[in-house]
Amino acid sequence: MKLELRGITKRFGSLTANDHIDLTVLPGQIHALLGENGAGKTTLMNVLYGLLQPDEGEFILDGQPTAFHSPKDAINAGIGMVHQHFMLVPVFTVAENITLGVERTHALGLLDRRRTRRDVRELSERYGLHVDPDALVEDIPVGVQQRVEIVKALLREARVLILDEPTAVLTPGETEDLFRVMRELKAGGTSIIFISHKLREVQAIADTITVLRRGKVVGERPPTASDSELALLMVGRKVELRVTKAPAQPGDVVLDVAGLTVPTGDHLLTDHPAAVDDVSFQVRAGEILGIAGVQGNGQTELCEALMGLLPSVAGSVRLSGRDITSATPRDRLRAGVGYIPEDRQEDGLVTDFSVADNLILDVYDRPPFASGLSLNLDAIRSTAVKRVADFDIRTTSTSTPTGTLSGGNQQKVILAREIGRDVKLLVASQPTRGLDVGSIEFVHRRIVEQRDQGVAVVIVSSELDEIYALADRIAVMYEGRITGFRPPTTSAEELGLLMAGAGTGPDAGTQAGAASDSPGEPTEPV
Amino acid sequence: MSGPPGEGPVTPGPVTPGPDGPQSPGPGTPQDAGTPAIATSASGDAPPPASGGEETAQDGRQPFGRIILESIVEGNSAMVTTLAIVAAIVVGGLLIAFTDPVVLTAWSNFSANPGNAFAQAWDSAAGSYSAMFEGAIFNPHTIAAVFQQASLASALHDGYVSAVFNPLSETAVNATPLILAGLAVALAFRAGLFNIGATSQWIGGAMLATWLGFGVSLPPFIHCVVCVIGGFVGGAVIGWVVGVLKARTGAHEVIVTIMLNYVMEYLLSYLLGTSALGKPGSNDLISPNIAGSAVLPHIAGPSLRINAGFLVALAAAVGVWWLLSRSTLGFEFRTVGANPSAARAAGMSVERTWILVFLIAGGLAGLSGAAVVQGTDHFLTFQSYGTYGIDAITVALLGRARPLGTVLAALLYGGLYAGGVQMQAVTQTPASMTEVIQALIVLFVAAPAFVRALFRLRGAKAGGEGQTLAKGWSG
Ligand SMILES: Nc1ncnc2c1ncn2[C@@H]1O[C@H](COP(=O)(O)OP(=O)(O)OP(=O)(O)O)[C@@H](O)[C@H]1O
Ligand SMILES: [Mg+2]
Repeated sequence: MKLELRGITKRFGSLTANDHIDLTVLPGQIHALLGENGAGKTTLMNVLYGLLQPDEGEFILDGQPTAFHSPKDAINAGIGMVHQHFMLVPVFTVAENITLGVERTHALGLLDRRRTRRDVRELSERYGLHVDPDALVEDIPVGVQQRVEIVKALLREARVLILDEPTAVLTPGETEDLFRVMRELKAGGTSIIFISHKLREVQAIADTITVLRRGKVVGERPPTASDSELALLMVGRKVELRVTKAPAQPGDVVLDVAGLTVPTGDHLLTDHPAAVDDVSFQVRAGEILGIAGVQGNGQTELCEALMGLLPSVAGSVRLSGRDITSATPRDRLRAGVGYIPEDRQEDGLVTDFSVADNLILDVYDRPPFASGLSLNLDAIRSTAVKRVADFDIRTTSTSTPTGTLSGGNQQKVILAREIGRDVKLLVASQPTRGLDVGSIEFVHRRIVEQRDQGVAVVIVSSELDEIYALADRIAVMYEGRITGFRPPTTSAEELGLLMAGAGTGPDAGTQAGAASDSPGEPTEPV
Repeated sequence: MSGPPGEGPVTPGPVTPGPDGPQSPGPGTPQDAGTPAIATSASGDAPPPASGGEETAQDGRQPFGRIILESIVEGNSAMVTTLAIVAAIVVGGLLIAFTDPVVLTAWSNFSANPGNAFAQAWDSAAGSYSAMFEGAIFNPHTIAAVFQQASLASALHDGYVSAVFNPLSETAVNATPLILAGLAVALAFRAGLFNIGATSQWIGGAMLATWLGFGVSLPPFIHCVVCVIGGFVGGAVIGWVVGVLKARTGAHEVIVTIMLNYVMEYLLSYLLGTSALGKPGSNDLISPNIAGSAVLPHIAGPSLRINAGFLVALAAAVGVWWLLSRSTLGFEFRTVGANPSAARAAGMSVERTWILVFLIAGGLAGLSGAAVVQGTDHFLTFQSYGTYGIDAITVALLGRARPLGTVLAALLYGGLYAGGVQMQAVTQTPASMTEVIQALIVLFVAAPAFVRALFRLRGAKAGGEGQTLAKGWSG
């Protein structure tokens, strides 16, 4: 199916999110959309999917002008959209979610559960998507939920499939799987609109790349275009794709984790007994420890245990010598821990609140934002204005509800809050997920700056690029354990092996051992 | 999920800042129920990463009821609420007309005299409504009476002037307990909690205020204040029990509050039968009258029932507004209400918030009890609580869980009651018709899509849509 967008314009009040956009998607084409945060990619896709009505412009499907008043219209016209998040019913099974609205029924109208399950299993096996039709959606990790979404769209036989940052929450392996699926779909004549901030992915999979900036199409490039060319086109300035940083000058131990063990919640599919299993490490002032690993190997639980959001059953956590193993999250925040949660909408933001309110979400009761019981609205507002400018958060005002910001800009709100204040220890989980290359550069710079000011930093990331860019030392997590500490010069192959759980190298044992044996003793920075 | 499958996209109302400050608008009401394929869940809706500690049903996932209520409270614009009231009045007028025997007779002769049929119907409805207006707001006859007096002084002295203000006074008197109890529901709702237990808290406050009213003797002003504080404390204790049960055991507040309503109703009956609260020497379940020193003073002369209780209610509304939009505590309440996981990650104690919210909400409902006993009734019976606790829920809903809105909704309800009495006195229409109108308002408010269709409103859609589309990493 050939899809043409002609002069699509969408305004939100004074803001023009899409400004006369022309785009042609050919049958069997993988058409990538690139653009900085807030460029209008998601808005354009929501318009195409019938979720938003355009103010101007039209769609032409195989030569026929068409309008979509609701997603139902779009689906009937063969357009499918895989949203990133929260589009599943948590208490339904995978199969029920996938067939929602297109339920398989018996003659009498009763649900045919067996056929439902079989269809789902068949489809997920055909594309190697490995989803268990009987698992409850609330029990499966985000990455698997993502796959459920994909199966859902496939089941509806979409001829144009919209994937809005599908890879943001996928592991490298899962991304490869997805690309395989995408190529198969393409071979079958399905067109795909693919949105991603990862240039490498776009270059690998796209047939053509359209770049948006501030609501306008600024160019179309072949996938052979270079990183720097695409980045320049997106952001409008030269982007340093790899932040340069001086060697770390580690000081005193700030975070000392010894033998930390966190039990598995019933949400995890892994049969491993503990989500975090006897993990020991230290982070010094002025040092960045990067925790690499495939998502779902206990990193989330580790971070939450560090913040006091999950209870540990064994081991200890010390902050600058003080035992905070059983301290409340508030105590930890007050003691100088900054926390960037992995799931921004779940744990990091109140989407109904204004940008200004979200910028003080964990410091609302401290000066200058509060005096006694009363909020100091002026201080809140002026700080917000400053943070919004500092972090280039694209929002119409500081009183805009955060939920209306683009994904990347929502992330920047959290970053501005947590990096913008004085902390001793920064725990950041997937800090740049969903950010454009320009913003990643900026955030990396800020994190390195924090390090240089003596903050101890723990970065959890499933992006090896990010780990390489930031880490002074790398720890690899696999099935709840740290399988090795490595210097940042380690090859991607070696890290990959560690991430796959291949053996524990000799220095893994010594490093971890040294940390737990003599917590006070300085270890050599690597 | 935002609506029954197959329904068009349900969108929250336009971005209408609440009357009480820089409130964020629309809830995380999901958008695309129109897609059978896609069921969305609101932002706070993903499963908690892993359950630990005292997880309860409340955090992490929104109960279905809450989603519905939320879409009523926040998904409705002030416009839709106003139109719902208009629609209810119109339908109420039809009901008034067509339950009137005179009108029915006229309509049975419709073919003979169609003009008369319509005229009778109009007269019936208009007559009832104007009587209602005279009972609730002001009665032109009373003004005329004032001018017939020899001088303003004699008009004042003989009570003709107060008669002018009597309807408004009655409206305020009726609204007072509803404002306070409504705030108790609204405050809890803003923190993501259902307070179905305003009745029990009302009883707790009323019992303590009554007991202090007849049981102790204090100088006039002080006695009155002590009783009002007693009312707050009495209600707060009952509310606190709910909060603690929820925080410590995870018991759902709806169940707990409903059960506590029964407990308190029976406790009230029991105590009224004993010497602790009952009137000595009486077999009726009734308390002694409170001392004159404990009575809330009239604020507009002795012949108007309006009393200091109304001022207490307005002050409470201002207090709740300040608490919710200007205080750190309220920030916590709203955060816990909007996204408990984020609240926890931001260092807030969700459990502590629950307890505090129910404590304060209970106190407000308790004040409502005190206001009735000290303001108008002066004693307590086993039925004094009436329907305040239930009406409070509708008042809070109508007021969109905002303090100013709650005051306005309570005044509307108070006016309907006051007017209903007059309507029954002057016309054939039974006062219970006001309850029908109240019910209609609620019905229309609960069906915003219907009201929008009825009045062909499209505005809400354009403003509200997309608000929650920007979800996930993909924005
Ligand atoms: N419902 C809405 N109301 C007001 N503004 C909105 C709304 N939805 C989106 N916007 C604004 O439109 C602009 C484009 O947003 P959009 O989500 O399309 O960006 P994006 O290109 O997807 O960015 P990202 O890469 O961060 O996901 C942003 O400035 C955003 O704040
Ligand atoms: Mg986006």
